[in-house]
Amino acid sequence: MVARSALSGWLHRAADSDVWWSFKSSPMTVAAAVATFLIVAIAFLSPLLAPHTPFDPATLSLSDGLKPPVLISPDGDWAFPLGTDDQGRDVLSSIMYGTRLSLAVSLAAVAVAMVLGIALGLVSGYFGGTVDALIMRIADVQLTFPAILVALLIDGVVRGIISVKRHDEIAIFVVVGAIGLSFWVSYARTVRGSVMVEKNKEYVQAARVIGLSPLLIMVRHVLPNVTGPVLVIATLNLGLAIITEATLSFLGVGLPSTEPSLGTLIRLGNEVLQSGDWWITVFPGITLAALVLAVNLLGDWLRDALNPKLR
Amino acid sequence: MQSIAVLLAVGVVAFSLFRYVGDPINAMVGQDTSMEERAELRTKLGLNDPAPIQFLNFIGNAMRGKFGLSYRTSEPVGRLILERVPATLELSFCAAMFVLLVGVPMGVYTGLYPKHWSSRSLQAVSLIGISLPPFLIGILLILVFAVMLHWLPSFGRGQTVQIGWWTTNFLTWSGLKALILPAITLGVFQLTLIMRLVRSEMLEVMRTDYIKFARARGLTNRAINFGHALKNTLVPVITVAGLQLGSLIAFAVVTETVFAWPGVGQLFIQSVQFSDIPVMAAYLMLIGLFFVLVNLIVDLLYFVVDPRLRSQGGTARVAGH
Amino acid sequence: MAVISNNPPLLEVKNLRVEFPTRRGTLLAVDDVSFDIAPGEVLGVVGESGAGKSLTGNAIIGLLEPPGRVAGGEIRLEGRRIDNLPYEEMRKIRGARIGAIFQDPLTSLNPLYSVGRQLVETIQTHLPLSAAEARTRALDLLKEVGIPGAETRIDHYPHQFSGGMRQRVVIALALCAGPRLIVADEPTTALDVSIQAQIIALLKKLCREHGTAVMLVTHDMGVIAETADRVAVMYAGRIAEIGPVRDVVKHAKHPYTKGLMGSIPSLGVRTERLTQIDGAMPRLTEIPKGCAFNPRCTERGARCLVERPSLMPAGTSRASCWLHDRGGVGAPILKETVDA
Repeated sequence: MVARSALSGWLHRAADSDVWWSFKSSPMTVAAAVATFLIVAIAFLSPLLAPHTPFDPATLSLSDGLKPPVLISPDGDWAFPLGTDDQGRDVLSSIMYGTRLSLAVSLAAVAVAMVLGIALGLVSGYFGGTVDALIMRIADVQLTFPAILVALLIDGVVRGIISVKRHDEIAIFVVVGAIGLSFWVSYARTVRGSVMVEKNKEYVQAARVIGLSPLLIMVRHVLPNVTGPVLVIATLNLGLAIITEATLSFLGVGLPSTEPSLGTLIRLGNEVLQSGDWWITVFPGITLAALVLAVNLLGDWLRDALNPKLR
Repeated sequence: MQSIAVLLAVGVVAFSLFRYVGDPINAMVGQDTSMEERAELRTKLGLNDPAPIQFLNFIGNAMRGKFGLSYRTSEPVGRLILERVPATLELSFCAAMFVLLVGVPMGVYTGLYPKHWSSRSLQAVSLIGISLPPFLIGILLILVFAVMLHWLPSFGRGQTVQIGWWTTNFLTWSGLKALILPAITLGVFQLTLIMRLVRSEMLEVMRTDYIKFARARGLTNRAINFGHALKNTLVPVITVAGLQLGSLIAFAVVTETVFAWPGVGQLFIQSVQFSDIPVMAAYLMLIGLFFVLVNLIVDLLYFVVDPRLRSQGGTARVAGH
Repeated sequence: MAVISNNPPLLEVKNLRVEFPTRRGTLLAVDDVSFDIAPGEVLGVVGESGAGKSLTGNAIIGLLEPPGRVAGGEIRLEGRRIDNLPYEEMRKIRGARIGAIFQDPLTSLNPLYSVGRQLVETIQTHLPLSAAEARTRALDLLKEVGIPGAETRIDHYPHQFSGGMRQRVVIALALCAGPRLIVADEPTTALDVSIQAQIIALLKKLCREHGTAVMLVTHDMGVIAETADRVAVMYAGRIAEIGPVRDVVKHAKHPYTKGLMGSIPSLGVRTERLTQIDGAMPRLTEIPKGCAFNPRCTERGARCLVERPSLMPAGTSRASCWLHDRGGVGAPILKETVDA
């Protein structure tokens, strides 16, 4: 009973809040949210929804190769609505599986960056002094280099350490790690700033006096304060992570062609682009752009909604 | 301070890569060198010395442009990079001009008239701009202007002219044509960033008291918008724009791959694929150096624009307005 | 302090209404406000924050911040209606005929331009002077507002001046094209107490010498008592009382003004404690029916709960209170609990 009324009270307040109001009053944002949800849902359900299993060689037939999309050309085949690539893979199914992989890698990378960034931010802000200076200096230096370069560098180093064959097996973890490591700075800075402010407040001093562990205080009182900014950064980072993963895969240093993400698909299509078989590249490209656009719109809106200064 | 820290950090990372991830001996000699010769070389090169001394040697060599031999082509890395620097610099310069000459006016316009439909649509288009990965923009441009319309080349620099060691695109018609698509591809992402930055700074400045007071003094809109507001907007924009333009060189990695542009970026990607450590280390140093140069220019510009820095001897950087 | 009351007024504000559309409905922030300012007169406008005094000032200089807008009434300067002028026409009046001074001198000046340049550009915008003539005028103004070493200071940047000195520069900027009226919105609030008096004295002296009228918006009754010829007391978007400053201070006619005066410590009279008005000014969304002050009023009657009073003569002043109407406040409202 109590729980229910608390929940309904919370729902009521949520429905009345400025954030919800700004969400409802922005049709673009609602559209972006719906699009994001649809793309994510379809991608993760691709084993159920996809008409083909494009990366099972047993189901491929070269005679299906390079079929154009149905709506564009009479040569199309309804079994392959968006056409096929030179191996006879269904482009639509490739996209669905590819999106799933792209999303999984990007979400994991954002999670890595978030955990790493928050932890380093807490440590940096709480301990201050040399530790803080060191961490922030590293952050400064890293910010000098675009994330894609940092990720490329990490990838190159890993290639130098392990053999090329093994590399394909662990490629996905390398990519997650490389992107995660290149995005931690903004979380760390936000959390650090908040810790610095809270650290000297009376309630923290008081809690220290009564013998509570200072780190516990930080985690309990500071983290809730930074949920908003961290959420905004994470959303905007997700868009960037998707782009970065796609770029790495496009450059041929990301996910291998046996497990293609959207970026890999675009690279494979790009190799035959000169012959005019555009659909192999363009449809994964559109999907990628739509996904990133929807996520960015959400992130943009979230930033404005949570930043009262701009309202 | 920041610059020195960056250079130092970049040096350490490059050195660690060179020394510990790669094998410096391989970087020096060919495949057919015997183990004894290698060991001898190792001592001769001081690879058994303490790490700090090795580091200093590495930096010393780097300053003279000596980064050893590429694993992949067995050519001196310094020369490989130097050959390709002009292509990247010319491409980045064109992209930077495109960004500044188009992005800043667009940002000012959308900042001054945020409610106008054209601003709103520019703002929406800009969001698409930052949602499209640069390589995708490049591919689409190639598809439309090279494959379908045959207007512009899809790869390479076209004909170049050699001036001393520098090769330039600017002196031939085919070289200029070859620059258009890559420069746009490289610039679009930064262009939207700069436009959005200028816009939000402009909006911020338009809300300040001194703009309100300038209106209360009856100054013309022209004087307020392009004198007071724009100049104040430039202060924070200069920093970010400087860093963004600096990162064009790094982003050239992607564009150069898409357009088979023979610059240092393409070289870097090849070196990542082959784990060609000496080239990676040298590229890293190059980017670090470039960053420091850009930072220096930004600081100088600051000095010119903001009187608060001049009178305080340039020590304190005033945040906000 | 002779007030020339026979001349036609310099500024006439009639039935001014300022609205703010919000998502929870339109707020009436200034409701049916009317007053005049004679040439050379200093009119003080007091009230708590949110009473609508700054908005009234902004409406006069034509710089209401959107979405706020003038929804009714009219504003006339020297007989000419100015509230409905196109932006460009109004721009030529601002600075030239009406000057403005804002609260915070630290942020009123553009940090990137020298004070001389800001003065010269304002002078040249409104007066047909050459750059050299404008600079001479700027220099004279800086001397007039009491900037020591004006010849060198003219080329300094705002951050090189102290708060008080910056407000002097702001006053010079407001005066530089010879306006007839200055709207001064809390001109001393952001300054140190020790400097406030200097700035007020300077403003008063300069305006008397130039024959400039002042609308002095403040929440500081002390400043008004020292400076103003007349005072308007605002409450919840309306004028509660308006009259000669001496009369309003000594013989307040509106219960709100009485409360306000009771809260000022005075040196002459020994009092045990200062009186205060219970409660707080209502938010614009919750203005009660009848007189907006009625929930806090000690003298309210039944009529005050239903009918909203407009300004009516009350001695030498005018007040929006039924106490001064022949009909009175109506039947007393019994306070059952406090009866014993």
